[in-house]
Amino acid sequence: MSRSTTTVPPQPAIGPVTLLIGTRKGAFILRGDRARRTWKLSPPHFLGQIVHHAVLDPRDRRTMLVAARTGHLGPTVFRSTDLGKTWKEAQAPPAFPKAPEGEKGRVVDHVFWLTPGHASEPNAWYAGTSPQGLFRSDDGGVTWEPFSSINDDPQYRAWMGSVQDGTPDGPKLHSILIDPRDPAHLYFSMSGGGVHESGDRGKTWTTLVQGMEVVEGFDAANIAVHDPHCVRLCPSNPDRLYQQNHCGIYRLDRPSNQWVRIGKSMPKRIGDIGFPMVLHPRDPDTAWVLPMDGSGVWPRVSPGGKPAVYKTRNAGQTWARLNKDFPKAQAWWTVKRQAMTADAHEPVGLYFGTTSGEIWASRTGGVRWTCLASHLPEIYSVEAAEL
Amino acid sequence: MTVHIPSPLRSYTGQTNTVEVEGVTVAEVLSALDRRYPGLRFRIITEQDTIREHIRIFVNEEQARDLSAVLRPDDQIHIICALSGG
Repeated sequence: MSRSTTTVPPQPAIGPVTLLIGTRKGAFILRGDRARRTWKLSPPHFLGQIVHHAVLDPRDRRTMLVAARTGHLGPTVFRSTDLGKTWKEAQAPPAFPKAPEGEKGRVVDHVFWLTPGHASEPNAWYAGTSPQGLFRSDDGGVTWEPFSSINDDPQYRAWMGSVQDGTPDGPKLHSILIDPRDPAHLYFSMSGGGVHESGDRGKTWTTLVQGMEVVEGFDAANIAVHDPHCVRLCPSNPDRLYQQNHCGIYRLDRPSNQWVRIGKSMPKRIGDIGFPMVLHPRDPDTAWVLPMDGSGVWPRVSPGGKPAVYKTRNAGQTWARLNKDFPKAQAWWTVKRQAMTADAHEPVGLYFGTTSGEIWASRTGGVRWTCLASHLPEIYSVEAAEL
Repeated sequence: MTVHIPSPLRSYTGQTNTVEVEGVTVAEVLSALDRRYPGLRFRIITEQDTIREHIRIFVNEEQARDLSAVLRPDDQIHIICALSGG
């Protein structure tokens, strides 16, 4: 594939930042002012519904999509075109095809991930589900269709495994990435099931797992055992990807297919296990992670009960600990893969939500932090949008 | 026949808790419901036409195991959200 190697770095954002928060009991909208100093939390939207992801369309800055279900009711997608004032449900939410008579078909348990399409395709959206499926909408999220052949491909189905092979509440298809230079150049990832790339709008896919490590005792040649938690594509250099994996932090510089474990330069007592990974909107060498304890039975909480964000400014060669203003002890935070994000201001604003219902923010790229909200339900996702 | 709508589905019915619809099977009744209240059916029936894991459908006092159950005009249909989780 031949593409230009760079994109024009976007100018720093100057508008108010809004956070879209998905929780186990509904969605919340946290509106900030232009200075990102004062914030106002909305009442819950869809109270009682499990919201895995809530995303604002950056192409029109008005359309919001929310992936929802309840403990009883099946999965759906809600859509607002007025910044959350009113909502309509998708007419055809993501669903697998009906199986032929006598065969057992798959059932979407929940929509896990939403990605707005390429800037040149204003009504396109992608969705990833559990069990793993890839879907696309071409009408702004009103109707959804299975996308590409992977949902029914025998090889992919083998890599996807069963409900016993994935995360405790089901295997996930996530991190759907679109090359800003080329709408046909796509990536997605599966927990478990590896990272996959297409250069032809999903007609064909190749695996991208070289260099990725797997849990001890398993064969890294088996795609099914690869567990990328969060894969991000640099907005300012689409040939660079970063990844927080079940087994470490990685960087990939295309056209190479070899992931490099940059987490090895993290402090040994902290390790390089976690869920989210956040990239700088303009500097491809700068990224942030929020490490979790991956020792023993994998508690996946802040190591030692002392939460910290780690930042690299040199593409993973070194990491700096950022924990000013965080609790210094007995803070056992878990932050899920969609629950940490950045805005596009200068300095970059960072935001994350904990499973214990707190939203933390930094207007200084992680130097200083403040708690914007607490006592929310278990937080699944946090997305920053400029209105 | 009368379909009793549980509270989690009343956002579809304008908070109405009973709805009169026609159909000779559970499948037909649910299709009629979905025509009137788009989206309701998919929240309780999967894309494989099975009743979702935590949903129960009773015809009078007997549980319908699938959508082929035959109905009579005076049947009472209850859609129940089974207790699950916190």
